[in-house]
Amino acid sequence: MNPASFIEQVRRSWAIAKKDIRIYYFKGPVLIFGIFMPVFLFLAFLMGSRQLPLAFLVSGLVGMTLFFTATAVSPAIFPWEGQAKTLERLASCPITIEAIVFGDMTASILFGIGITLVTVVIGLALGLPLLHGITLLVAIFLAACCFSAIGMLLAVPPTNVPSNIMMLSSLIKFPLVFISGIFIPLDQMPPWGLGLAACSPLTYFTDLVRYSFTDAHFFPVPVDISALAVFTAAFTAVTMYLHKRTMPKRM
Amino acid sequence: MTVMIRASDLTKVFGSNTAVDHVSFDVDEGEIFGFLGPNGAGKTTTTRMLTGVILPDAGTATVLGHDIRSDPVLAKQGFGVVPETSNAYTDLTAWQNLMLMGELYGLERTRAMQRSSDLLGMLGLFERKDQKVQAYSKGMKQRLILAMSLLHEPKLLFLDEPTSGLDVQSTQMILALLRDLNRQGTTIFLTTHNMEEANRLCHRVGIIRGGSIVAIDAPEKLKMAIERVHRIEVSFDREVPGDALEGIPGVTGVNRTGDKWQLTADNQYEVIRSLVAFSQQNAASIVTLNTLAPSLDDAFLRLTEVTGP
Ligand SMILES: Nc1ncnc2c1ncn2[C@@H]1O[C@H](COP(=O)(O)OP(=O)(O)O)[C@@H](O)[C@H]1O
Ligand SMILES: [Mg+2]
Repeated sequence: MNPASFIEQVRRSWAIAKKDIRIYYFKGPVLIFGIFMPVFLFLAFLMGSRQLPLAFLVSGLVGMTLFFTATAVSPAIFPWEGQAKTLERLASCPITIEAIVFGDMTASILFGIGITLVTVVIGLALGLPLLHGITLLVAIFLAACCFSAIGMLLAVPPTNVPSNIMMLSSLIKFPLVFISGIFIPLDQMPPWGLGLAACSPLTYFTDLVRYSFTDAHFFPVPVDISALAVFTAAFTAVTMYLHKRTMPKRM
Repeated sequence: MTVMIRASDLTKVFGSNTAVDHVSFDVDEGEIFGFLGPNGAGKTTTTRMLTGVILPDAGTATVLGHDIRSDPVLAKQGFGVVPETSNAYTDLTAWQNLMLMGELYGLERTRAMQRSSDLLGMLGLFERKDQKVQAYSKGMKQRLILAMSLLHEPKLLFLDEPTSGLDVQSTQMILALLRDLNRQGTTIFLTTHNMEEANRLCHRVGIIRGGSIVAIDAPEKLKMAIERVHRIEVSFDREVPGDALEGIPGVTGVNRTGDKWQLTADNQYEVIRSLVAFSQQNAASIVTLNTLAPSLDDAFLRLTEVTGP
């Protein structure tokens, strides 16, 4: 066994993911937040905008649910662990920073997917037809990877005060939702709005979900999927590179 | 002899404060190396650089033959760390913490479980292994950290003030275990500000002050180096003249305290022999005879005090 080999590091990152799930995700408040958030968003949407079709709303909701759950906890993990000094333990263990980041991402991917499936089930229960199930699953998986990389990117500033990082990440997360075609359909957007929307990975995911439920889409499906894949690769590479640089500053 | 740790000119600067300033030393296989210094001397900062937690601003560290900067994973695979502040996951049980360590070090599950049971038993924690670490006392936490650092049977163990602020029971248990481990071949790097601990446990001691190494030697030799002049305390069953004592070959000073005499000497053994002859010649039997070797405490104060003009 070469401890530094890729496969061994991936295996060790799974230990990080399990630890995260146990400590940070498998907690009453987090689970309740995760499950109730989509439910309440549904209700708010249903009461707020009667003129939009249900399929449109559900697609937006699935997009928001995945985006918010996959980025909910991970930005705060490093600050928490920095404060509790457990990060110092990880830093002295034979695991690379990339593997730690990957483990944190894995946990948030699983959490995001789990809660999003709840939203999908609610949608189906409301009578929405699922037209492209495989596409939906691929989209959810890819977008979960992409959003959890964003979550880790939000964790880059080396502060050990969790509330600072939560504030900062809200400042970035909410505007992103507004430019991603969730509240306004892409075909009704002005050109500058479309330009902004094209920069947000959430746009492509929402487009794919809409396609899965209604067959309608704005971008071609391969474009949506490629865009998500490229965003995922880029965000993952950048977040790993930046964490490698900032990690020693947390100690 | 294999060099387990080689620190070369390790330097760390925090803002305008040079916490560690060109520190160099070697630790050989099988040694217990003590790193002794007062608070703020740079012990923890040095340990963190050696264990790859922080990066040095200058200098290099080679641990178990691997450069800690270019080959961190290979180096870390071979050593265990007990850091200054307890850092087990308090939301996990002791058992879960140990299993996590097992996975992070790539141990097979069955081996991790066997080692964990053994270590918990040895450290008196087995009954409470399924309790969250939150509920542990400081001493129990420290014993758990020690178990976590030993799970993968490291050849080299770093400990940063492992007994600082602990109850007597935990302290004794930890020190006994360290001695056992060393007897079985584990090399130990231990920081402490407790001279007695360093004296009792360590084969060699490096003394650090203000970020720089002041001296490295065996604890006994360090004492000698500091205070070459030894003191001998003696009393007789009857009055003897002070100037007669001064005339004894090798005695460099005489002091009277109560009914005892304190003699200073370059060579205490020669003086003791002369004292015996002196007592026979003067028909004065010796009632008490003590050699007052300088304690590591003295050595420590002497070496770390700021040298005046
Ligand atoms: N993270 C840090 N940031 C700024 N200064 C630090 C940091 N860690 C240690 N220092 C400073 O470096 C010096 C050495 O500290 P440390 O290595 O903890 O000493 P010791 O462990 O011997 O008590 C102290 O002056 C301390 O204030
Ligand atoms: Mg210290």
